[in-house]
Amino acid sequence: MRAASTFFWRRPHWYLALLLVPPLLWFGTVYLGSLFALLAQSFYRIDDFTAQIVREPTLATYKQLVTQPANIDIVLRTVTMAIAVTIACAVIALPIATYMARYATGRVKAFFYVGVMLPMWTSYLVKVYAWRQLLAKEGIIAWVFGKLGLSGVLDTLLATPGVGGPSLSSSYIGMFLVFVYMWLPFMILPMAAALERVPGSLLQASADLGAKPAQTFRNVVLPLAIPGIAAGSVFTFSLTLGDYIIPSVVGAPGYFIGMMVYTQQGLAGNIPLAAAFSVVPIVLIFVYLSIAKRFGAFDAL
Amino acid sequence: MTAAIEFRGVSRIYGEVRAVDDVSFSVEPGEFFAMLGPSGSGKTTCLRLVAGFDTPDRGQVLLDGADVSSTPPFDRNVNTVFQDYALFPHMTVLQNVGYGPRVRGVGAAERDKHAREMLDLVQLGAQGERRPAQLSGGQRQRVALARALINRPKVLLLDEPLGALDLKLREEMQIELKSLQKQLGITFVYVTHDQGEALSMADRVAVFNKGRIEQLAAPRELYLQPATAFVARFVGSANVAEAALAQQLGAPAPFAIRAENIDVLDAAAVAPAGVATAPGTVVAVQFHGAASRWQVTLDAGGTWSALVSEEESRRLNGLAVGTRVQLAWPRDAAVPLQG
Repeated sequence: MRAASTFFWRRPHWYLALLLVPPLLWFGTVYLGSLFALLAQSFYRIDDFTAQIVREPTLATYKQLVTQPANIDIVLRTVTMAIAVTIACAVIALPIATYMARYATGRVKAFFYVGVMLPMWTSYLVKVYAWRQLLAKEGIIAWVFGKLGLSGVLDTLLATPGVGGPSLSSSYIGMFLVFVYMWLPFMILPMAAALERVPGSLLQASADLGAKPAQTFRNVVLPLAIPGIAAGSVFTFSLTLGDYIIPSVVGAPGYFIGMMVYTQQGLAGNIPLAAAFSVVPIVLIFVYLSIAKRFGAFDAL
Repeated sequence: MTAAIEFRGVSRIYGEVRAVDDVSFSVEPGEFFAMLGPSGSGKTTCLRLVAGFDTPDRGQVLLDGADVSSTPPFDRNVNTVFQDYALFPHMTVLQNVGYGPRVRGVGAAERDKHAREMLDLVQLGAQGERRPAQLSGGQRQRVALARALINRPKVLLLDEPLGALDLKLREEMQIELKSLQKQLGITFVYVTHDQGEALSMADRVAVFNKGRIEQLAAPRELYLQPATAFVARFVGSANVAEAALAQQLGAPAPFAIRAENIDVLDAAAVAPAGVATAPGTVVAVQFHGAASRWQVTLDAGGTWSALVSEEESRRLNGLAVGTRVQLAWPRDAAVPLQG
């Protein structure tokens, strides 16, 4: 035991290797390896007659993905929803995260952190199905609108072309509400973490130099929260892009990327197309991150 | 002449703690004013009250004759150099310095020009495009100074500005700050817990203890004529005889006596007239170069220190720790203290 301790003390690289090799093997094979194996599938194609996978490199599957209007629609629909959900989460999260990180102390702060995380401790499926009940034509939300004499407002909202529908639970508005509810914690927590790290003296310095509270918010608080907003938006954006349960339980019948992946790999047995669809969110996130980087989102890191 | 800053019976209470307790003083325009005290003595709270980060529970804070007790910081003509510098990490040095003009609506070209002038003033002209994280501690300190001075404040508040710097740099910056203050003619309010810093730089020093000012005086007076036992100990590291000890030593009132005024004599020596003595036992001798500090526990109670020249220490060399000695000091060197 003593000899081993001495050995590793004298050779820190060995010690580091001993610690790192097992997790790196896991990370390399299970984590990244399986992902690349999946992505490799997207460069195969399916034979239309035999429905067998043809294992030779080809871009035919991608051609199918980008040339069929139905597929383009699915991508656009999913991306639009992801952008809307991300913006809504950011707008709702900013004041909450600011309060949690900068003003709340002691029990109030603990209450907020637990409160934000609490919904994540329960089953995702239960929540989605519960939301379907809440949003249903006879559900509590419609009932509240009715009691407040605002049924007309709800009807007008549901009559909006494109996002409306016969009830909230079968409209894109309803789906949007469920997405925002589900992913909000993933925006609040990184944002609060970023704001926690801003020293109070920076805000005092800003006021000291003549900045009114709105100017301090715009010039100091917001730029320093941006790495948190960027991290949170990667979560909300990618979670929305990949989800297939919410769009299949709540909302209008149109397909989303996640549902398409599920269908193609399952019933249709078209693994290459499913793989090609799963490349879409990865590419979109890369594009999003490089835009965010260009705008200096990570400069304050 | 209207005082640059005036406190009228100001109190600030946090729960049970009187951080500032009925404090009144005024600072003259162009003065270098130091607020000295241990941590928790109320000096930093007073600074926050001047800056506007805090509001008094009682009394008034006046700037240039106007009551600003409830004026927010952004409407006060006062700027602050923060202890941790508080530089904006997402801005370049130039943007940091130009922040004051920017939030006051000065155009980009003009504020950049002005910011460059300020950077030249603190000898950082070439560093404008760098980020605060790329600068050394001393350079950050200068950027914080330039940023606080760009608005031409009536009063500059400095909250332990040199605390994070090493000794050599701190001494350089002390000289530089003092000459900058003379050059600009701005009132400086300097918060520190380092009595050497306060004595060497300030025109006047307010010594804080437990939310109150113990003494407000020029450095020389503070050192030579401390008013209270606290000031004598904190400012001059003097030996203090409280009432009971003073009585045993035959003095009419409590007094302070500085270490450099005390001689160490053999236990058997007879002191000349006008010299008071007290027997005791040597507990430690610390070598400080030109002089040594002898710690002696008095038979009458308390441990005093005597600063003994190197020559004298050599003569006394036989008297090691544990030896019986007498401390001796001229009676007229003893400074009588209040209560």
